Amino acid sequence: MAALSDQLLVVAMLGYLVAMICSAAVYAFGSKGVVARVAERELVGAGGPPVVESVSPEPVVAARDGRAVWIGRAATVATVLATVAQVACLVARGIAADRLPWGNMYEYTIASTSVAAVAWLVVLARRPGLRHLNLYVSLTMVVLLGVAGLLLYVPIGPLVPALNSYWLAIHVSAIAISSGIFLVGFVPAALFLIRDGYDRGKVGFPFSLGQRLPAAAVLERLSFRLHAFAFPIWTFGALIAGPIWAEAAWGRYWGWDPKEVWAFISWIVYAGYLHARATPSVRKTTATWIAVLGFLTMLMNLFGVNLFFSGLHSYGGL
Amino acid sequence: MTTTQARPETPPAPPPRPPGWGAWLAGVARGAWRQLTSMRTALVLLFLLAVAAIPGSLLPQRNVELEKVQNFYREHPSLAPWVERIDGFDVFGSPWFAAIYLLLFTSLIGCLVPRLREHWRALRSVPPKVPARLDRLPQHTRVADYDGDVAAVAAALRKQRWRVAVRDDTVSAEKGYLKETGNLVFHFAFLAVLVAVALGSWYGWHGNRILVAGPDSAFCNSLQQYDESKLGPRVDEGGLPPFCLRLDDFQATFQDNGQPKSFRATVTVEGEGPARSESFSVNEPLRLDGASVYLLGHGYAPIVRYTDRFGRTQTKDAPFLSTDEMQTSTGAISFPDANVDPATGVRDPSLQVGFDGIYLPTAPTEPPFLRSRFPAEDNPGLLLTAYRGNLGLDAGIPSSVYQLDQGQIDSGRLSVVGEPKLLRPGEKWTLDDGSTVEFLGTKKYVTLSVRHDPGQGIALVASVFALGGLMLSLFGKRRRVFFRLASPTPTSRSRLLEVGGLPRTDYPGFAEEFTSTVAAVREKA
Repeated sequence: MAALSDQLLVVAMLGYLVAMICSAAVYAFGSKGVVARVAERELVGAGGPPVVESVSPEPVVAARDGRAVWIGRAATVATVLATVAQVACLVARGIAADRLPWGNMYEYTIASTSVAAVAWLVVLARRPGLRHLNLYVSLTMVVLLGVAGLLLYVPIGPLVPALNSYWLAIHVSAIAISSGIFLVGFVPAALFLIRDGYDRGKVGFPFSLGQRLPAAAVLERLSFRLHAFAFPIWTFGALIAGPIWAEAAWGRYWGWDPKEVWAFISWIVYAGYLHARATPSVRKTTATWIAVLGFLTMLMNLFGVNLFFSGLHSYGGL
Repeated sequence: MTTTQARPETPPAPPPRPPGWGAWLAGVARGAWRQLTSMRTALVLLFLLAVAAIPGSLLPQRNVELEKVQNFYREHPSLAPWVERIDGFDVFGSPWFAAIYLLLFTSLIGCLVPRLREHWRALRSVPPKVPARLDRLPQHTRVADYDGDVAAVAAALRKQRWRVAVRDDTVSAEKGYLKETGNLVFHFAFLAVLVAVALGSWYGWHGNRILVAGPDSAFCNSLQQYDESKLGPRVDEGGLPPFCLRLDDFQATFQDNGQPKSFRATVTVEGEGPARSESFSVNEPLRLDGASVYLLGHGYAPIVRYTDRFGRTQTKDAPFLSTDEMQTSTGAISFPDANVDPATGVRDPSLQVGFDGIYLPTAPTEPPFLRSRFPAEDNPGLLLTAYRGNLGLDAGIPSSVYQLDQGQIDSGRLSVVGEPKLLRPGEKWTLDDGSTVEFLGTKKYVTLSVRHDPGQGIALVASVFALGGLMLSLFGKRRRVFFRLASPTPTSRSRLLEVGGLPRTDYPGFAEEFTSTVAAVREKA
């Protein structure tokens, strides 16, 4: 079972890799891709209304686009298969260890990225127009799974006594779920900034990607909804379930352990994002930058704190 | 603070020539207050709080890990006093950190009180009049053949829990007041958390100590019995709950690689009625009346019997501190009353005896005997270094009980006797003066933290309220619908019903809700 889990991780990574390559291919050659746009521009130049980038449900399929559509479908299928493999990898690990599979940093990374993958599939099912973002999501997944598999991997073992509590199921699950959704929320947030820069006439490298992205408002709204969904879960996991467990395990509900400090910082930054988003006088770009900053603090908490600081949360297996 | 109300960022233009100092000061104060309670200031303060928390994770904190602060002093002797001066080792108790959160909470109160008043008014007021041009609203529709009257419209809306006001032939309805209620609850709950934290630090207390197994080492709950303790300023030392604890047994199990699997301590509790046996563990503290006992660590206390040159025997045990995961433990055992001449009864301070030791629960089979191979006692060995001379304990200067006084050794007042020797349980080592030391075995000990925090229940309730309020404010939507019934025509019983809808907050699904509400009203007629 343990070996199966490890193999499934490789399958998942390959799946995301395939999804990434297929999405990139659609990017380049699809109906909104480079080749198509050159043709389109000629048509528009002939007096049509300016083409507004939209999330039309299905682009007009010219004969030459047939292949791109199939590649796009392959990308989606690969993403679904990779997600299934990843979740199976997590489940197999849980069965092999006979406990919840988030007892160390490797398992935690797999668990929270699984949540991100599933959340992304949900978004994809409800908003098929956003499938162009698959390139960025699968890229992020490949990177994170790679980090997990290469740097963080530890063999299966039982839990240390400090983690042997039902709060592992509650606290760590809530944290993993919310981090996963924050991760998915980060992708449209970052892309919104690119698209917004593109709309305001910036032409440098990251902004040049903007022309192939969904409309800025759509990205911004998606990002907000994902963050608004994840924030209460994060609040529950980090500021309610965490302290309850900390009280039982260490005798105090809050003790400014490095992990607690960074969870607090992330919470503040995301709270700041939600406030800024709700304040009309704050520009949407400013608010979204705060969300991006929030994600950086999450990364700092997961990787930075585990690798550079030692504290009460040091059971990363590193 | 999560709704869409823009507050004035700056005070209105100041009067050109202030009439007097008093008025000028009042103006400045008012301006400052307005500035402080603005959304932007609150956001800036929130971020300052986040930034201010960062050094708390980068620098070692005294109340989290004291030893690391001492290490920092050793490694950066010139930098440490400066860090100390800006409270770098106590970030979360520092005046500047307190300044930020107190300003933030003041800003919060200044922001919340007017909003509370406003919301209270809104809750008691009726929905506003129907606007003249319903077709200007974001949602608008006409129902040509409406058969009912305004009462029917109002009834249908009330059924869907809209707040309804009927005026002549118009109906105004509003929904989603819970959004602002949740918002206020969320922020007030935060103030409650701050109060809970303050209560905890005023009325809470804690003490940490090592408890060695056995009846001789039992302890009772008073400050002198703790190795380290802290009482809140409002706690009376005499008011600590009276109980005594004795460690009867401690069980630890380990995986093959030495990682711990489980811990369990069994204690006898006295003082709260009849003595009773209790067992507790990591994650499962011992809950007593007015205090909880937490298991933080464990270790071994070697027992050593020393027979001095006059044949007098003393037996001592001393807890050794573990230095690695395999429970390689170091400590010291002192015999300051050794070698008292029984004939004269005179104690010669230069003939005191002490041992520095390394205890290996699973000693390697051959030297060097420096590291334990496994945390359980599979092959115990105690590596002792004997010292004779003045232990330096008589000066009354507090010193570590886990090592002999290095100053005495360096100055030559305490000198090594022979080579270090590894003793197996029951083995005896005869020193050059004919005295003997025997390693009898070990006792287990646990590190305990005894704590009481009266604020934690309040903090928990407040944070649950905060979460509830947060969800209401994030997912609630304030919206209004307006209905106007045209005058009846003589030819038909049906009348024209014009409907408009206005989402007052960001609400993408409003169109669907508007349609279904209109449908429900039609059906009801």
